[in-house]
Amino acid sequence: MSDNNYTPDSKLGKWFNDRLPLLTLSKHLQDYPTPKNLNYWWTFGGILTFCLMTQIVTGLILAMHYVAHADMAFESVEHIMRNVNYGWLIRYVHANGASMFFLAVYIHIFRSLYYGSYKSPREIIWILGMIIYLLMMMTAFMGYVLPWGQMSFWGATVITNLFSAIPLIGESITTWLWGGYSVGNPTLTRFFSLHYLLPFLILGLVVLHIWALHVPGNNNPIGIELKKPSKDTVPFHPYIVIKDLFALLLFLIIFAFFVFYSPNILGHADNYIEANPVVTPAHIVPEWYLLPFYAILRSVPDKLLGVIAMFAAIFVLVILPWLDTSKVRSAIFRPLYKQFYWFLVADVLILGYMGAMPAEGTYLLIARVATGYYFIHFLIILPLLGYKEKTLEVPLSIMEPVLGGSTNPSFTKSQKKNI
Amino acid sequence: MSEDKKVKRRDFIFTASYALGAVGVGAAAWPLIDQMNPDASERALASTEVDISGIERGQSITVLWRGKPVFIKRRTEEEIKKARKVDLKELPDPEKDEDRAKNPEWLVMLGMCTHLGCVPLGNKGEYDGWFCPCHGSHYDTSGRIRKGPAPTNLEIPKYEFISDSTIKIG
Repeated sequence: MSDNNYTPDSKLGKWFNDRLPLLTLSKHLQDYPTPKNLNYWWTFGGILTFCLMTQIVTGLILAMHYVAHADMAFESVEHIMRNVNYGWLIRYVHANGASMFFLAVYIHIFRSLYYGSYKSPREIIWILGMIIYLLMMMTAFMGYVLPWGQMSFWGATVITNLFSAIPLIGESITTWLWGGYSVGNPTLTRFFSLHYLLPFLILGLVVLHIWALHVPGNNNPIGIELKKPSKDTVPFHPYIVIKDLFALLLFLIIFAFFVFYSPNILGHADNYIEANPVVTPAHIVPEWYLLPFYAILRSVPDKLLGVIAMFAAIFVLVILPWLDTSKVRSAIFRPLYKQFYWFLVADVLILGYMGAMPAEGTYLLIARVATGYYFIHFLIILPLLGYKEKTLEVPLSIMEPVLGGSTNPSFTKSQKKNI
Repeated sequence: MSEDKKVKRRDFIFTASYALGAVGVGAAAWPLIDQMNPDASERALASTEVDISGIERGQSITVLWRGKPVFIKRRTEEEIKKARKVDLKELPDPEKDEDRAKNPEWLVMLGMCTHLGCVPLGNKGEYDGWFCPCHGSHYDTSGRIRKGPAPTNLEIPKYEFISDSTIKIG
């Protein structure tokens, strides 16, 4: 926040800014000093903001045509698809938009894991991000229930029944969540109400997330603290704005591919069958973005412990800033962490795949090993690595290695030879 | 701070105010929370009467009671025998078949897997009873859990035989 003494040029601007300093905020956002070495993995914050706005706008429109009633919801979705002008487009953008949102958020989270963006002084940014992620999962889950197809109904049944695992009060909680003795019309209407509310809570948290980011400023690929502003930074506008827009365009190509060429590939055919409380589909699978957690839930043979393990998998991420004991942020200078990082990526992908497979035989065995490794990574490897790992030498600034004044002697020598 | 008496009186007023405030907020919040519990129209659907005269031996029907599927199975001699001769020590949730089916021919139970609420499939699984396709729980011919993640046996609802051909559930 380096620009508190900004005064607008025009008289009107000054008059307005003295009463509500919006122009000061706008100036801050333009000048905001950003590390000059940010790579394309840093463009996903902007992409995610775009995703959230897309979901809110398309969702607002869908709500104008959708009917939240157990007898009419399924038909009203078909009505949107067939009768409403461009209804098919808006619904497909909204449905695939959820998947794109999660695709972007997973890249965003794994970028943070690779470059250590969650470490001091950015813990609050990370925790806010995790709360956003949790709210995103809740919103997506409730949104998936609204079309009232078979997957909607049975997905809702399985997920709400997770709470019945709580000893003593579990059953009262599920009855309270359902508003009845099973998933039914009261459940649908409250899910609609909450599905409408949560995105705005997410929006509020995004504002806090960005606010908390603007206090210490961005982390960067080499993970060092920068002097701001300095030769190591560039102003947010136009440099980062243009770069973010370019990345967004590339992202939109992928988005458009799904919407126009395979709009149903990420969904389940069963959801085009109206909800039937007497028949469970042969194979219940959640949406792809929840599969790793679903695999963890199923890999534990005990009901209560399975639910605990699933929630612990998310909670362990929240306390990550205190589990990772290494002072060095970026994986570039952590040769061992870099390897474990890719093990974790593979582990999560394997969990995701196992979540989609039936929980038996070899699949179950692999899912159990992968679940174990997930917790070992966060609870054992990361805390130990901070003490055991020999990290590489970290440069003092972004410019330093480029200009040749590196503290790494071999680096300077080889440069001199070249000259 | 100077006089002990005054500080004590003020503390009391603060504590009393906080307590009253908390009670007030709680009382105001309760209707907002309780509205989510089953409403009067849901509670009114408390019982269902089912005609069972058309069910042959070995057949099973599924009816809805309070939005939940209920299995009504007319068991064969073989299935009853199988259910009754099981050693209770083998069961994760020990319960006698005699207690579950008062009339051994008729087994009435909620068709909701006690794991996460899916509807199990009949005449399937390793114990020839029910098998839940969601997470692989196996139930025997008495609806007792034998294998898989479900913690308890399929629940027996309150029911009674009104006549030879009618069951009232609930």
